Amino acid sequence: MHPAFSVILFTVISGAGYGLFILLAAFHLAGIGPAMSHGELLAHGAASLGMITLGLMLSTGHLANKKNAWRSFMRFKTSWLSREAVFAVLFYPFAGIYGLGVLLQGAAIGPLPALAGVIAAVLAVITLFSTGMIYGCLKTIRQWNTALTPANYIMLGIATGTTLFAAIATVFGNATTLHAGVAMVALVAAAVLKGIYYFWISRVNGPTINTATTFNRATVRLLDTGHTAGTFLTDEFGYDPRKDTIDNVKMGVFLLGFVAPVLVFASILSGAPAGIAWLAAVSSLIGIGMERWLFFAEAKHVVRLYHGAQTCTNSLAEPARGRAAVAPATDPTDARRWELGDTPGGSGS
Amino acid sequence: MRLGLVIDMDTCVGCHACAVACKQWNTSGTTGALTDYRPYGEDPSGVWFNRVRHYEVGDYPNNKTVNIPMSCMHCQHADCVNVCPTGASYKRPEDGIVLVDQDKCMGCNYCAWACPYGARELDREDGVMKKCTLCVDRIYDEQLPPEERQPACVITCPAHARFFGDFDDDNSEVSRLVRERGGVKQMPELGYKPVNTYLPPRITRPIPIDDVRANRVVSSVKDWVNKMVAR
Repeated sequence: MHPAFSVILFTVISGAGYGLFILLAAFHLAGIGPAMSHGELLAHGAASLGMITLGLMLSTGHLANKKNAWRSFMRFKTSWLSREAVFAVLFYPFAGIYGLGVLLQGAAIGPLPALAGVIAAVLAVITLFSTGMIYGCLKTIRQWNTALTPANYIMLGIATGTTLFAAIATVFGNATTLHAGVAMVALVAAAVLKGIYYFWISRVNGPTINTATTFNRATVRLLDTGHTAGTFLTDEFGYDPRKDTIDNVKMGVFLLGFVAPVLVFASILSGAPAGIAWLAAVSSLIGIGMERWLFFAEAKHVVRLYHGAQTCTNSLAEPARGRAAVAPATDPTDARRWELGDTPGGSGS
Repeated sequence: MRLGLVIDMDTCVGCHACAVACKQWNTSGTTGALTDYRPYGEDPSGVWFNRVRHYEVGDYPNNKTVNIPMSCMHCQHADCVNVCPTGASYKRPEDGIVLVDQDKCMGCNYCAWACPYGARELDREDGVMKKCTLCVDRIYDEQLPPEERQPACVITCPAHARFFGDFDDDNSEVSRLVRERGGVKQMPELGYKPVNTYLPPRITRPIPIDDVRANRVVSSVKDWVNKMVAR
């Protein structure tokens, strides 16, 4: 799949925003951790709402017809994209009531804003789930069509949220070992889940060029796609990054997204200044940005089978198994060489 | 009604006439234009509702070229319609044709992601998704003589490899062909239940080629002389 930059930014930034809000609601409303000052509560809330809003605005960047974006709320009944849009917007009034309660009453808010805060946190989880299901429900992309997809979206949102939560707490001198501990647990859990996903997609199977063309009893090779230049389909689905690029980015995902932030929090626990939590936050956001790029780059749409891919995991360049159609080029009477005008002996007449 | 196409992979010669006729009719049809990008440039591209691809089936010498024209299958379980967030994509209950309301489409590409057959293409100029309409602006047009109330691709096919009809009617030509020729569906395992059905190549006696020229001494000498003279 062609990785749309606006979608990568949207899912990473608003995902972290929802994660931050979930952490804020959990720490504040369930009374976990140290008491937060009025200013700290507002800072967490403003940061999460700001990131969510920025992400949602960026998400319209990949629409070809932005003036109809409002219509995306219309098919809640069947479309996960519609559900995501509805839940994302439904989040705002509840988060707003909670935020207003904090603004007016401080940390000791009344039961109504507290209830709104809990509902908003639940809606944040549901929105992350819906984002994952947008991809998870597609039967055409075997790498996405798994329960691990929404699970990853929720866990990565929460993990990046925890790093931001710990980083913002340092500004108010309120970061504790609990902040660092929670962040480490969330990061490790997200890393394990992502590792399972990568293991899973390395061995998915599904439709092949045989079931796509209906010829199940013979080798099928693409002779010609029928077009001389790229099409919408090849632009959108023909994305084929090199294997070593994928491996390098995957290394970056684990190093920047998980290992470096965990090391930062570990060093905070063993006495380093708490302020370096910002390094963890920035590093995890960059790492998860790489993860999101990889999520698209590694997804192989089944329409590629019509463009020559042999299986739903192959790159387009990989040849078919079975005997080659043309004899090897060592034979001087080889049809292929004749076709290329490369006559034996080099006589060009 | 369940309208759709039957495509005969035995007789299709891969001439792309269906694709061109489709483009010609639909570019001025209800969901036109089928925009071309850089039509006179180095790499001309554009929107097509119908594309023909060519495959080699089997290994030499038991191989065969098969041409596969593909357009919207008007699936019974059309996920492209289910995933559409705006309601622009819809499947008509009366005849099963899947259409895009271009006034509602926001161009998010999600339906194209959900389609396994590559039937949907975004028009970058108009910013909306476009797809085969089964010539809905033609098949019901009572101004046309009855024999012309068929999709443009079907009428134009010089090999008579394309058929249009109602799959719910057991006595229709398409139902009969599917029954008699053992019609097959592409990627049935995904469960989209495509309506368009493909007829596999007929099993025929191979055309003998070994008796065209006997391998005798005289012909070998002739071959050698011809080769020498050519040089």
